[in-house]
Amino acid sequence: MPAYDVLIIGAGLAGQRAALAAAQKGASVAIMSKVHPVRSHSVAAAGGINAAVNPADDWRSHAYDTVKGSDFLGDQDAIEIMCREAPLEVMHLEHIGVTFHRNEKGEIDLRAFGGASMKRTAYVADITGQALLHVLYEQMMKFHEVIDRYEEWFVTSLVIDDNGHCVGVVSRDIRDGKLQTFSAKSVILASGGAGQCFKPTTNALICTGDGIAQAYKAGAPLMDMEMIQYHPTTLAENGFLITEGARGEGAHLLNSKGERFMEKYAPNKMELASRDVVSRAEQTEILEGRGVGPEGSGIWLDITVVPKRRTLEALREIVNIGKDFAGVDITREPIMIQPGMHYIMGGVKTDVNGATPIPGLYAAGEVACVSVHGGNRLGANSLLDTLIFGRRSGEHAAERAVGMPMPTASLDAQRRDEEQTAEILSRPKTGRRVSEIKEELGTTMNRYVAVFREEAGLQTAHEIVRRLKEEAKTAYVDDKGTVFNQDVLGAIELDYMLTCAEAIVVAAIERKESRGAQFRTDYPERNDAEWLKHIDVSRNGAETPHLSYSPVTITQWQPEERKY
Amino acid sequence: MAEFTLKIRRYDPQSGEAPYWDEHTIELEPHRSVLEGLLQAKAKTDGSIGVRCSCRAAICGSCGVRINGQPGLACHTHLDAAAARSEDGVITVEPMGNMPVIRDLIVDMDAVHWKKIQRVTPWLINKTPIPEREYIVPRESMVDVTQTAACIQCGACVSDCLTMEVDPLFVGPAALAKAYRFVGDPRDAEHESRLKDLSEDPHGIYDCTHCFKCIEACPKGVAPMNQIMRLRRIAGSDHHIVDRNNGHRHEAAFGTLVKDHGLLWEAELLPRSYGGDSWFGKFAPAAGLELVASLPAITKALLRGKVTPMGALKPHKIPKEDLAAVQRIYDVIESRDERIELNLYITGTDAENAENPVETVAAAAPSAGDEEGLTR
Ligand SMILES: Cc1cc2nc3c(=O)[nH]c(=O)nc-3n(C[C@H](O)[C@H](O)[C@H](O)COP(=O)(O)OP(=O)(O)OC[C@H]3O[C@@H](n4cnc5c(N)ncnc54)[C@H](O)[C@@H]3O)c2cc1C
Ligand code: SF4
Ligand code: SF4
Ligand code: FES
Repeated sequence: MPAYDVLIIGAGLAGQRAALAAAQKGASVAIMSKVHPVRSHSVAAAGGINAAVNPADDWRSHAYDTVKGSDFLGDQDAIEIMCREAPLEVMHLEHIGVTFHRNEKGEIDLRAFGGASMKRTAYVADITGQALLHVLYEQMMKFHEVIDRYEEWFVTSLVIDDNGHCVGVVSRDIRDGKLQTFSAKSVILASGGAGQCFKPTTNALICTGDGIAQAYKAGAPLMDMEMIQYHPTTLAENGFLITEGARGEGAHLLNSKGERFMEKYAPNKMELASRDVVSRAEQTEILEGRGVGPEGSGIWLDITVVPKRRTLEALREIVNIGKDFAGVDITREPIMIQPGMHYIMGGVKTDVNGATPIPGLYAAGEVACVSVHGGNRLGANSLLDTLIFGRRSGEHAAERAVGMPMPTASLDAQRRDEEQTAEILSRPKTGRRVSEIKEELGTTMNRYVAVFREEAGLQTAHEIVRRLKEEAKTAYVDDKGTVFNQDVLGAIELDYMLTCAEAIVVAAIERKESRGAQFRTDYPERNDAEWLKHIDVSRNGAETPHLSYSPVTITQWQPEERKY
Repeated sequence: MAEFTLKIRRYDPQSGEAPYWDEHTIELEPHRSVLEGLLQAKAKTDGSIGVRCSCRAAICGSCGVRINGQPGLACHTHLDAAAARSEDGVITVEPMGNMPVIRDLIVDMDAVHWKKIQRVTPWLINKTPIPEREYIVPRESMVDVTQTAACIQCGACVSDCLTMEVDPLFVGPAALAKAYRFVGDPRDAEHESRLKDLSEDPHGIYDCTHCFKCIEACPKGVAPMNQIMRLRRIAGSDHHIVDRNNGHRHEAAFGTLVKDHGLLWEAELLPRSYGGDSWFGKFAPAAGLELVASLPAITKALLRGKVTPMGALKPHKIPKEDLAAVQRIYDVIESRDERIELNLYITGTDAENAENPVETVAAAAPSAGDEEGLTR
């Protein structure tokens, strides 16, 4: 049985950064991903990464902006660590080869981003995520003798021993369909977000919340699950993202009357207020009848005010997206956008070293909740989160492995998973199709658990999710083979998505106030007296999720009214 | 909504049967992508269709396929455009070429593409000392290498590379573009050894036959062939690397032939590659060997109608004034102090871009027929 000091699940930015850090500490390391690493969803990140690298800037200012952006739900100790370590991390990335855009002096150039008090976002055109991910993968190729890669392997379960420690995983080699148990002293979950619970979403098809659901099933608590970010500028047609970098470069938002309506909602920061604020403003304009497009469900994003040369150089990717996916030349005409599901602030609860309450289990990146994003993540803080906490968890997991005997993972979990696969393949044709259930889940979540929420809608969503969970048990798959059977993986992913969706909905029902991304029309005010706390969702053996609370860590910044 | 027919190349290694065609009718708005069409067929009728995909937005590089015989991304090809390009309105989707098929539209990229990437030492070798903060480098240099860093490793260029078909060992377009990403990076310490390595490898930068396929195929404007040409220029002109395959001289022969005749003269190409412009050098024995070695590529080019036997043996003639215009272009460019590298990533197709080097060259060279232009 393969055995490693540190086994990393997921090869996006968080996973690859963790692998490098653990290897540098001398641990034996493997990294595993259900798609080739460079296909990971981090590749889609466009706008950039925040760090106070400008000598005139200060990490404390970055930290305060992040705390304020989080609507004071972020844990300030973790935010301080992230912002303080950010400049060093960006320099490290530059040294290993990231082609950060330069200013005339040849230094790293910075662009404006939402919710930030100064220009603080380093970028590579509007392919920052791709540039970072490919450079990390170059390092994987460089250190191929030290870091084992399992590419196109799908993890199906975490292995927990009798003491409640995580001692390995079960994984399926997608190429031949065989299951294999791996032993590990520490497992780091870096398997990304759960955007596919919603439709439309900016997230890739692989973002199905696998790690969140696996940790939950293994008994780890989830935190801040109600906090779902709706990005202000997604293509009305298919949910694709138009990076916040566009507004950072100066683009305007206009309603059907041609007004820059952000004046009313955020007179100082205008289009660059934090994302929850801008999305709510757009949705309000739409609901009050000032939306654009045939159904009045859109808003104009006007990029023509940005100098054309700059657009072509710095927003190249969205020039292409506009042209290829919406038939619009953004350098000449406005493009129709709307708020769309983008990011999940919540995830597996961890400390500042990425450790979860289950010994031997770590989590980093979008799968985790440290919580640095609290109620609302600032643009360009997520890439930073993946790298800082990816590195910290890699280092910590490697240190933990020193002097510890190699555990042997039991084969029980593998047997269970083998039975599960066999059961899926043997289902009669009478069940619903996986794709149908997924579609209903996505549209339900997007209808009831979106920018504005209220009790009755959330309850409806919960009922539907529970029904879909039942239906998923008999969902039919066509493919009975073993080589690249994507159908069977789809059925497993559906189960993960439903698990995540239920956690999201119960937490949203529980939080009876409006904070960050959670806006309850029936409780429209923020209520610090009762709700300045995290909601934890855990399994505790029961069928329905168990809810509890944990305190918010406050170091320097007391909650205050949030104005942009 | 409109109806489209997708004809998908299927292959199931477990069935023991040969690949076959499988037709599906789907309904979508015409500007939706071929990938969305495939996913609809998968969702509604046959979940066993194998296709890699993730982002749906031409950034993850998963969905490289051949559509109506042309390599590209399924998520980056509109249904209406694909239907219009096919002869009978049926959109055919096949796995990419030059790589073994694992199942249906899924090919083994590790066995070919990633091996070749690993071949070019694909990581930055730092110039020392490494500064405490960022390296201070010209703004343009970072924008320049970002063109090649924009490669999403989709394999579309590898799929139809003509050289790779005849020489599977050819390092190939994507990997060589990756090599430029470091050779063009002022922070890298090993420009010269990288170039020497890729010049001396018989399957390296001089193995490319300029077929343009990779430029056409690339969905991200990486233009691999251009990067290969830039590697050659930097190797030959800046580092004076004389490669064992004589590639740099061969390249120079292209240039001087066009200068002298206005068009390429294929029969003269090899002799001149070995002897430079001197007449005696044409009898170098290596030239004959090379000719024999290039026979497969030449045959292939003949078969595909890229060159005709008669056309290759005779020098091509063009009108005198055209020849003069061609020669003027050489004069203008050769008299420059600085070599201008065309970077598609910045200049794109934007006609209004005032600093577009193509326009500068065109403006400097008088148009054919211009009386003054005839005198050299
Ligand atoms: C369109 C878009 C643009 C964005 N732009 C920005 C931006 O400009 N700035 C910013 O800061 N943030 C941005 N974000 C957010 C940011 O990109 C993500 O939050 C971040 O990249 C997540 O990285 P990750 O490493 O946690 O996960 P991912 O990159 O999603 O990687 C997850 C990995 O886990 C693997 N995996 C998942 N499940 C399994 C399983 N069952 N078995 C094995 N492997 C598995 C996957 O294969 C993958 O390798 C953007 C997000 C989107 C959607
Ligand atoms: S131009 Fe060269 S590298 Fe590109 S496809 Fe043709 S032979 Fe291959
Ligand atoms: S160069 Fe272009 S076609 Fe080739 S792998 Fe890169 S992105 Fe794909
Ligand atoms: S699905 Fe990502 S490139 Fe096509």
